Order: sequence, then structure tokens, then C-alpha cells
Amino acid sequence: MDTQEIKKDFPILENRKIAYLDSGATSQKPIQVINAIEEFYKKCNANPHRGAYSLSIEATEAYESTRNKVAKFINAKHAEEIIFSKNATESLNLIAYSYGMDKLKKGDEAVLSIMEHHSNLVPWQKVAKVTGSSLNYMYINKDFELTDEEIENKITSKTKIVGITHVSNVLGTINNVKKIIKYAHKMGAVVVVDASQSIPHMKIDVQDLDADFLVFSGHKMLAPLGIGVLYGKKELLNNMTPFLMGGDMIEYVYEQDTTFAPLPNKFEAGTQNVEGVVGLGAAIDYIENIGYENIQKMEQEVLDYAKQELSKLDYLTLYMTPNKQNHSSVISFNIKGVHPHDVASILDGEGVCVRSGNHCAQPLMRFLGIDSTCRASFYFYNTKEDVDKLVNALNKAYSMFKKYIKLS
Amino acid sequence: MEDSNDVYNELIMEHSMNSYNKKKLENADYSEIGHNPNCGDEITLELKLNGNIIEDMAFTGHGCAISQASTSIMIDTLRGKTVEDAKEIIKTFIEMIKRETTNEEDLKKLEDAIAFRNVSNMPARVKCALLAWHTLEDMLNKNENGGKGKINCCH
Repeated sequence: MDTQEIKKDFPILENRKIAYLDSGATSQKPIQVINAIEEFYKKCNANPHRGAYSLSIEATEAYESTRNKVAKFINAKHAEEIIFSKNATESLNLIAYSYGMDKLKKGDEAVLSIMEHHSNLVPWQKVAKVTGSSLNYMYINKDFELTDEEIENKITSKTKIVGITHVSNVLGTINNVKKIIKYAHKMGAVVVVDASQSIPHMKIDVQDLDADFLVFSGHKMLAPLGIGVLYGKKELLNNMTPFLMGGDMIEYVYEQDTTFAPLPNKFEAGTQNVEGVVGLGAAIDYIENIGYENIQKMEQEVLDYAKQELSKLDYLTLYMTPNKQNHSSVISFNIKGVHPHDVASILDGEGVCVRSGNHCAQPLMRFLGIDSTCRASFYFYNTKEDVDKLVNALNKAYSMFKKYIKLS
Repeated sequence: MEDSNDVYNELIMEHSMNSYNKKKLENADYSEIGHNPNCGDEITLELKLNGNIIEDMAFTGHGCAISQASTSIMIDTLRGKTVEDAKEIIKTFIEMIKRETTNEEDLKKLEDAIAFRNVSNMPARVKCALLAWHTLEDMLNKNENGGKGKINCCH
């Protein structure tokens, strides 16, 4: 596989001469995904599940066949265990409201890692406040990793929910979710896995992980914005009340009461984002066509090079584990004494796109004792030239600030 | 893409990294916190009035070079001005950053603060440049509405 060839699939990377290092925020889209969406509107657009005419049936087919595709992609046992949502955030809110609010009570505990994105944290605060349950955190060690000891200390017999990100969007730490799930199950807890940062880069097998719930956004894995997935074990989803009410999620509606549709429709109220679902299907095809093995090989080469080159810059602080096997595609850093927003602006001037800020992980930032970082996040379309551009731009930023920097 | 040298010039760098205005103000009359939740920048602006004249201002807090320099240079620009003149200058500064005015005569009023002109080409940094100015604007408006000493008084 040649990255230069792959880059040609991404029109934006051809049109804009940039080093795009913000795929952790959203990935760029290959032409195959863009075309699939265009084709849908040109040939199949209608409201699925509604019409008796063949066009609507085709739209329904496009929508439902992608559900099967997603189920196969993450190895779910049943297609109805796949619920389409707006994004990972909506999926997590669905779990918090339809499962957490009903099942947690005073004295129960929810346990999260300190690495969680606000989307897998703020909803659980709400659950804790409403139900009177408590919210505890698993903290990381000096290598930015969760230790077995910390996991076993925090997950107790009172724990009913464990929320864990598969890969940290700030640190790139890969958590051993399989092990965490096994231990949580032993203690009687249900585990919610946020796979938003992992699924673009690695094969997810929900049955192998034995995940109870797993969520991700399409847009970080080549699909369009506005489409997300919730996977939940059938027996859990069946026992949950609907999240949003409205059309298509009902069976019979009376003046005072309603019976709800079975899975998956029970959790898909209103006209859905069929364009997004079609795009997600095309993104899965694209990923499977290249293959995760190749994706990882391409990424690893560039990531290793990035780590090697960035480690040479002694004015940088890097926030990542030294254990290579536990680290994925995200590198957070700061120029000592310089605010990351200034660094990101100067990098932007050099055609290098990185994110700066708290990355929707304020509790993690506070734990690390910093306000914010710059973050370069990689995908398989990134090249060593992108890394060189980053290093040159960082050298420029440092040289501009050098004489003014005051290190406390 | 803006050439970053146009924004990160000598004056802005000096004020951002080594500001003599970054301190606690003795006997301040008013204090106001301004923050940009998205970037975590936070400043506390303190003001001492002598009648209708801004006798002194100072700030504490943390943020990027643009927000820190903008705060410091705003203080230099407005020290000694009347509240009315200060409000006029704040208005002009905000208009400059939002590209609502390019009138050179008006912009002269801004003195050193004109150094932020090129931030208007960097939409991602507009909020950073405006933080202190909006904070002071709020403080002066509250003062006007509530009467001296009623709102956010330090004593």
C-alpha cells in the first residue's frame, strides 16, 4: 500500500496543501464516501420505513443493509443490536438516560476513567445527581496508563456502570478494555466502551470484548458528520425504555398511552440520517477494502517517525506512554512556556492543522496539572512529509517565542 | 492563512510574556473576571477610578499570548482616559477586530492597540483579542447602571 496513492482518494488533501493532523477531531472523507452520498440522493432518496412505493423500499434497503454491515463490521451477534444515532455523544446520552437513570440507585457507583471525553462523563454526572448514586474515577499512573491495581481498587461490588474509553483522545493511551470488562463483569457491573478513537484504527469485536455497550461516531472513521452508532447487547436494549419519542419508534399510539416498536426502531425516533448511514456503509467498505492490518502498518510507520522526530525537540513536553504497544495515533504536546493556542496559530500559518485546547477532557487536564495541550492526531493518509512540516513549523514557533519564554 | 509574524510582533510578544500590568492593584474600586470557556483563558481585571478618569488598571490570570498582550496593551491605552473616551475606544477596538471599521482616523484612537489589527484575519483568535475589552466594557456598564461601588466592588 502506498500512502501517496491513498492520499489521491481524499480530494481535500489534493485541493488544500496542508498537513492535516487533526483526524482525532474528524477524519477527511475519501471520494468513495462522497460519491455514495451523491448517488443516494440522485437515485434512491425517499423516507425509509414509510412508503409502499419502490423508491421508499430502496431507501429502506440502503438504510437497513448498512445496519447489517455495521453489525458484521464489529461482530455483533444480531443486527438489531445496532442503533443509529447522531454521534457517540448521543449514543452515550441514550445509555445514560435509558439505562443509567432507571437502573442506578442510591448507594450504587458508576466508575469512569479520568481519561474520559466529556461525552462519557457529563451524562454520568447527571445520572449520579438524579439517582443519588456516586461517581468515582480510575486515575492514571506516570506513564499515562491505568494499572490493574487501580482498576481493581475502584471497581467494586457496588459498581453498576463502568465507562471506559478504548483509546484516549488526548493521550493516545490504549486501554485494555477486554481485561477491564472481564473484571467489571466479575463484580457485576455493566461496561460502556467509547470506541470513537479506536475504531478508525483497529478492529473492534464486541463479542470478543464482551462489551455491554459500545459507541462510536462515523465521522472519525471516514463517514460523514452526523451519524453515530450505539451497540448494545440485545437483552439490555430490550429491557430499556426509549430515549426519544416520536414517529417510527411506536407500535400502537392511543390518546393516553403508547406501545413501542421492537429493536432497533424503539431507539430510532423520527426520520433518520439515511445519507449518513449510506456514507457510513461506504466508509466501512473503504476500510475493509484497505484492511485494518494495512491501515495499522501505514500509521505505525508515520507515528514512529513522528515520535522519533518530536522526541528530538527538547523544548517540547510530550504527554504519552513510553510503552509503544499501548499507544495509538494521538500525540499531545506543549512548547514549554508557550500557550498551545499560539502554537496552533503559528502552525496554521505554516499549513499544519493541529488542535489546541482541553480536548473536551477538562478533568484529565486538571489531573495532569495543565490547562491545555496541542494535539497532533494521525490517520493512514498522513505521510512522513506531514511530520516534517510539523517539525519545521514547531521550530518556527519556538524561534519566535524563544527569547520571551519565562519558565517558572 | 495569515503570516503569523504579522500578529506575533515585538510589541505583542513583550506585553504577553513580560507585562508590567500583570499584578494585583492596590485599592482597586472594581474587579471583574473574564473567561473564554472554550480555551480556558481567564483574567481578572481590576480598575481604579478617580472621578470619571481611569486612574489605573491591572490584571492577573492566564491565557494565550494574544489574550495576555491584548489585556496589557488595553490597560496602557486606556490609563488616564475618561470613562466615556474609554468606551469609545473599546467600541472602535471591537469594530476593528470584527472588521466593521477600517477608518484610519478612528483607528488612530487605539494607539498601540492597533497592533492587533491583523487578528481580524484570524477568526479563531478573535475571542482571545477581545477578552479583556469585553470584560472592561461589562465592568464599565455595570458601574454606570448600578452606581459606583455597588457591583463587583473589591472592598
